[in-house]
Amino acid sequence: MSASTTDVDVIVVGGGPAGACAALVAARAGLSVVLLERGPFPGSKNMYGGVVYPRILDQLIPEWWLEAPVQRWVTRRSTMLLTDTQALTVDFRSEAWGKPPHNGATAYRPDFDHWLAGHAEAAGAQIITSTTVTGLIRDAQGAVIGVRTDRPDGDLTARVVIACDGVNSFLAKEAGLYEHTDAKHFTLGVKETLALPKEVIDERFGVRGRDGVDIEIIGATGGVNGGGFIYTNLETIAVGVVLKITKLGAQQQRPEQIIAALKQHPAIAPLVQDGELKEYSAHLIPEAGLKMMPKMTTAGMLVAGDAAALCLAAGIWLEGVNFAMASGMYAGETAVEAIAGGDTTATGLADYQRRLSDTFVLKDHRKLRRAPELVLSDRVQHLYPTMVANVVERMFRVDNPNPKPGVRRILAQERKRAGVRRRDLLRDGWTGFRSFG
Amino acid sequence: MSTVNPAEHVSAHPAEILAPAAWGGLSFQERMATAEFRIHHQAHIVVDGSVCEGCSTRECIVACPANLFVPTSDGGLVFNHEQCFECGTCYLVCNKEGAISWNYPEGGHGVVFRRT
Repeated sequence: MSASTTDVDVIVVGGGPAGACAALVAARAGLSVVLLERGPFPGSKNMYGGVVYPRILDQLIPEWWLEAPVQRWVTRRSTMLLTDTQALTVDFRSEAWGKPPHNGATAYRPDFDHWLAGHAEAAGAQIITSTTVTGLIRDAQGAVIGVRTDRPDGDLTARVVIACDGVNSFLAKEAGLYEHTDAKHFTLGVKETLALPKEVIDERFGVRGRDGVDIEIIGATGGVNGGGFIYTNLETIAVGVVLKITKLGAQQQRPEQIIAALKQHPAIAPLVQDGELKEYSAHLIPEAGLKMMPKMTTAGMLVAGDAAALCLAAGIWLEGVNFAMASGMYAGETAVEAIAGGDTTATGLADYQRRLSDTFVLKDHRKLRRAPELVLSDRVQHLYPTMVANVVERMFRVDNPNPKPGVRRILAQERKRAGVRRRDLLRDGWTGFRSFG
Repeated sequence: MSTVNPAEHVSAHPAEILAPAAWGGLSFQERMATAEFRIHHQAHIVVDGSVCEGCSTRECIVACPANLFVPTSDGGLVFNHEQCFECGTCYLVCNKEGAISWNYPEGGHGVVFRRT
């Protein structure tokens, strides 16, 4: 399509972090950009566990930390392993992360996404809110040339459409970019935002000022494979769980009941008690990484963020907003070049795949391709926490007049008692080593 | 020394969380009232309860975080769209073709998550 025959150069669907960065890059390059957001403001439909790693923004918004609507800077990261009566925590703190250029931050997504979309608007992108895209417009050859919306006379055409329409991405599906959708590849995140006075949060979590804590928890979700989390905001904490959706029915456990059980755990209850529920929220997560990713381009269209299943759910690494921002940025750059070169066919847009492949976006996913399945496996979820906690309990228990048993003997005994086969343990250890090592 | 049998660990939670105390004194309605929904009169998700009559698993009932699927005495299902998080869990876990037709609400409607 030539410029004169389309309404705008670029349509971005979705005002989350992917869409905001795509629109920002394209608008800064001088293209006419419309960003369509179905909520009343960008970020209004968005919810996550709670930590954003904005390093990639160094390229787009220098010194973003001076203005980003951050709750707290994460200076303390804990990984917790729970059984019904035990807890083992690995706790790391870094003072450096509390200072520029920082690392991770807790933030409310409606705040953060709204702020980021504001930069796209300042760069010249036109943001149209309260507008739901209902489908694609394609030419006779099948190339995407625009979108339909639920506004009267709501069709809009463009040379490139960038679909940042989130985890359910009906646009990527309509364009045939997903071969199939499998419920096994999704987890449901449910979260409670609990109000507590700042001093109480500081005291309970051992932090001061704007420093904050990120706690990831395994073994906290009953029979439903998943994980738990607690994050500190300034005057609230977020506590929640991520759950394999195909296990909820099988276990007959409801999401909010699993949060309730987590909050009652002896290691968690003192952290969350008296917190007044400010908001209960839920969102789907594309959990399976490379196993579920769609084709990233088709003629006239690119897919970014959760719509492209770019969430990284790899146990100790849980990231999504940074992958969304980066893929949106690369999609924007690709659109700019393709439009400048006059070729927005699949070939003209093919460079997007290369940009994703050459950067952390797909490099991290390739490296950690086995991690999501390992982390959600039955052994990691239900057997290893018990085994490891029992080993540690026996190591630290003073059982006089008996002498201390050797660690190797404890390991062997607890492995057997937990019902873990040696070769499974070795195999999982090797998979973990190859992924994380 | 407390030892937890893996099978027991798996089954330990349900009974415990079914106890009213586990709900923190908050009813489900009170829980849902903390989230903002700009309700559109037209349902964005339509459930054909007659299709659900032949479903034995009914995973949507348990999996929906907003608890919007309610079984009826005649073996069907009723659905209320008003407090929907628009997450997509229901259509993904549903294994009955044609039972759930799922769309986003009209622009500007549906869930609006809170800002500070």
